[in-house]
Amino acid sequence: MKTFYRYRFQCGILALLSILLGIFMYLSPQTFLHSRIYIAFMSTIPFATILALGLTLLIVAGELDLSFPAVMAISGFCFSSIAQATGSPLLGLLCALATGAFAGLCNGLIVVKIGVPAIIATIGTQFFWRGTATLLADGLALNLTELRETALHHILVGRLFDFFPMQALWCLLLTVIFWMILNRHIWGDDIRFIGDNMTTATMMGVQTDKVRIGLFITMGLMSALASVMVCMEMANWWPTQGEGYLLLVFAAIFLGGTSVFGGQGTIFGTVIGSIIIGILEAGIISGGLSGYWTRLAHGLVIVISVSVYAVALKTKRT
Amino acid sequence: MPSIKSIINIGNYSKHIVILFFPESKKLRTVALTIFGVLGERVFHNVHSNDSMSSNTIIRATSLNKTFGAVQALHDVSLSIKRSEVVALIGDNGAGKSTIIKILSGVLRPDSGSLEINGEDVNLKHYSVRKARSLGIETVYQDHSLGEKQPLWRNVFVGRHIRNRFGFIDVAQEKERTLKMLQKSIGLNGVGVSADSLVGTLSGGERQGLAIGRAMHFNSTLTILDEPTTALAVTEVGRVLNFIRSIPEKGNSALFISHNLHHVHEVADRFLFVDRGTIVHQCLKGEMSISELFETLEGFSVNPANRDRG
Repeated sequence: MKTFYRYRFQCGILALLSILLGIFMYLSPQTFLHSRIYIAFMSTIPFATILALGLTLLIVAGELDLSFPAVMAISGFCFSSIAQATGSPLLGLLCALATGAFAGLCNGLIVVKIGVPAIIATIGTQFFWRGTATLLADGLALNLTELRETALHHILVGRLFDFFPMQALWCLLLTVIFWMILNRHIWGDDIRFIGDNMTTATMMGVQTDKVRIGLFITMGLMSALASVMVCMEMANWWPTQGEGYLLLVFAAIFLGGTSVFGGQGTIFGTVIGSIIIGILEAGIISGGLSGYWTRLAHGLVIVISVSVYAVALKTKRT
Repeated sequence: MPSIKSIINIGNYSKHIVILFFPESKKLRTVALTIFGVLGERVFHNVHSNDSMSSNTIIRATSLNKTFGAVQALHDVSLSIKRSEVVALIGDNGAGKSTIIKILSGVLRPDSGSLEINGEDVNLKHYSVRKARSLGIETVYQDHSLGEKQPLWRNVFVGRHIRNRFGFIDVAQEKERTLKMLQKSIGLNGVGVSADSLVGTLSGGERQGLAIGRAMHFNSTLTILDEPTTALAVTEVGRVLNFIRSIPEKGNSALFISHNLHHVHEVADRFLFVDRGTIVHQCLKGEMSISELFETLEGFSVNPANRDRG
């Protein structure tokens, strides 16, 4: 009973996922009782989940990053243009990761060293990186079909045994790593205490500046990785890449029970949250409703679940 | 630089002991061995008595200065704390008490001055909270010692987790030790408190108990307490004062800051009066009655330009 109480939010979100799946199975058994839709989910959901993992750590530390879609665009551009120019997608991947890390470092320095609140700083860098990417690409998309047969393509987004999407495997691996970081590593401990109360963290000897900058860099790396995967999967880079992810990723994280005030959050919740966000659209459309319902359903699910958290955690401002 | 006296003293017995004492710096060892070779025999007898005296001092700060912008928060502050001693730091708001303890606990770096812990000089450039803790100096703040939304076991071990051989936190062992600590040193048995409870669910006294218990668990030789009795219920104040009284029993010391002179008078062995960034007066227990403490304190006026919390 005690254990259940401790994990009540995790149980709640798992219950929500089961209920949604149950409804979808009832409404459209021909879709949701066959494996194909789940394979499709495994190929699309991991991108948002990878982004959400990095962002969860940032939010637990009480920071934010609104610039990750733009960082995706710029690092995806680096990947695509370098892979095209040199014919080596691996070199492209490394450059993309370096770009992502650099963009993250910039965010970190602006927030931590200069002292601009993260929400403002990352709105600024978001415009900057999006602008840079569009400018460098002349506003044009890049075709990456020739990368389809490369080894890196098979490793990152290929199909294991001809059916299992590799990105789901990578996502699973990253989930385990991030869970270990947040729950079993001193870095995770530092992150929690920073999000809880920065003064306390400093007094307890946490090197708050280093940890926070490290988190922004991690987020940059995750954005770069996600963007390379998206480029590979779609065989295409386009200047507005990543734009659709911003609100979905935030929705997934808050749906998963991570507190916007920092100090609390679970990797498990984030992963289940992104699955819920990821299956809603398909479920609604295959249930026979028009696509317009998707956003309405997203809104309902998010508002109701965060209201439940607010009541349970008594976060009302007084 | 560690004191030359102690080096000679040790060096006289064996070079190997010198190496044991200074494992982190080859340079220091070389210097120590050279001095030992040249001076060892001659000075040994003179030094011996001095050395045993200084080892009785846990911390000695000399000529600490600290400015915040144009405000000089500390001016030439020197103090030392002996083993098994409870020292109280008293003074009005803005006198510089908080600045002193922040320097001693490694949060702030002084502009100038030196610090000697357990008879060894500390390099202030590399002095940090973690370094202070590793030297046995632990600080309990009024409300910045514990993370509210974190479970007790994380709070106990933050900054010095027990790690398994893969470098990950050994949660099971930490929870077990936390539970033992809760029962033994804090007396929080039963009543719905476990290692997994969040700090936010504890009362003010229980929180101070946890923070002081943590210091005791890690065997701190000097526990610095910043306003540990403020905002506590009467019964809880008694408990916290008992914690402080039990510190010297084990040969450890405490530096205690409080605005409540009754509490200070009850537990401290020695009083240091701080005013406008300097230590203006000191006296031993029994030399002053509580009303004299009040009078002395009221005799100082605090320069409003000098305001710094506590």
